[in-house]
Amino acid sequence: MCTYLTEKIGISGSAKGAAGWFKVTDGSVYFDHPVHAPYGHTLNIDFLAPAQGPSARVAVELTAESARALMKAIEAVLDSVPPGLE
Amino acid sequence: MYDAVISETVTITGHGGDAIEAYSARPLTSRQAGGVVVLHHLPGYDRQTKEFTRSLAVGGFNAVMPNLYSREAPGADPDDAMAAARAQGAIPVPDERVVGEVAGAIAYLKGLSNANGKVGVIGHCSGGRQSFLAAVSLPLDAAVDCYGGFVVGMPPAGHPLVGWEPIVNKTADLSCPLLGLFGSLDAQPAPKHVAELEAALSAAGKTYKFRTYEGANHGFLQVDSARYHAESAVEAWREILDWFGRYLAA
Repeated sequence: MCTYLTEKIGISGSAKGAAGWFKVTDGSVYFDHPVHAPYGHTLNIDFLAPAQGPSARVAVELTAESARALMKAIEAVLDSVPPGLE
Repeated sequence: MYDAVISETVTITGHGGDAIEAYSARPLTSRQAGGVVVLHHLPGYDRQTKEFTRSLAVGGFNAVMPNLYSREAPGADPDDAMAAARAQGAIPVPDERVVGEVAGAIAYLKGLSNANGKVGVIGHCSGGRQSFLAAVSLPLDAAVDCYGGFVVGMPPAGHPLVGWEPIVNKTADLSCPLLGLFGSLDAQPAPKHVAELEAALSAAGKTYKFRTYEGANHGFLQVDSARYHAESAVEAWREILDWFGRYLAA
């Protein structure tokens, strides 16, 4: 089934895509059919710069287990950042 | 036997008179042929669905697939177009717009020099639901719904389709015979949803044929997917070509 579920966020940073590095301004997080990963559904993240067109995108398609592991890893790293650096 | 086909990107007039991108595949013969509108799945106007379109041309039909995300990302790679449409809130594509794009695709097919005047529609996944939507909204000669979700059944809380009327409620408006192709392992449409749709078609006195393939899951026709189920897909393609052959003949 198509879940159509999407969370959109504003983000600030950079990503490296097919044409090199670019500033990203938007993110989409969704759990739906992947384009490439060999699963029925995956947790997908798009890092986007809409002002630079649709191809300014870095995409990942992760199993739910992988996505949860990624969340924990990100939290663990951020939680261990010395004060004043964020 | 002369069996050449041509496939190419074209521009058609879609909803609201807007020009949109489409993929067209047609047999290169002067023989009169029926037409088929192909509706892609949620991941977009992709290689797999272009292969569907070419398979219909090889089967003797003029086929065209409108790019339902063309407006959000004209000319973009299909997966980038899907992402752009999603980021712009255009997924799910509004039903009114889908019907307009299909109407434009029908006009394109009827305008081809070898058109016999008959047109059908087929779609897979979200396109399966949209195929049913088109068949209850527009005059057509045949329709095929390949595992379209949420034709029946209420979406769970928080789902983007909450508030949309289940289109099974429009079954009485179905304009043509419907072939439904489903997998026994699918969760939406699950066998209980297929049974509910079949009951609605039967109650409305519509012509239909349903096949549910054992061991097949959602997406069993997608050749690039881990869900591809060869045994079911081969049988389903035979059903598709038979269905259109029967109802799109001049």
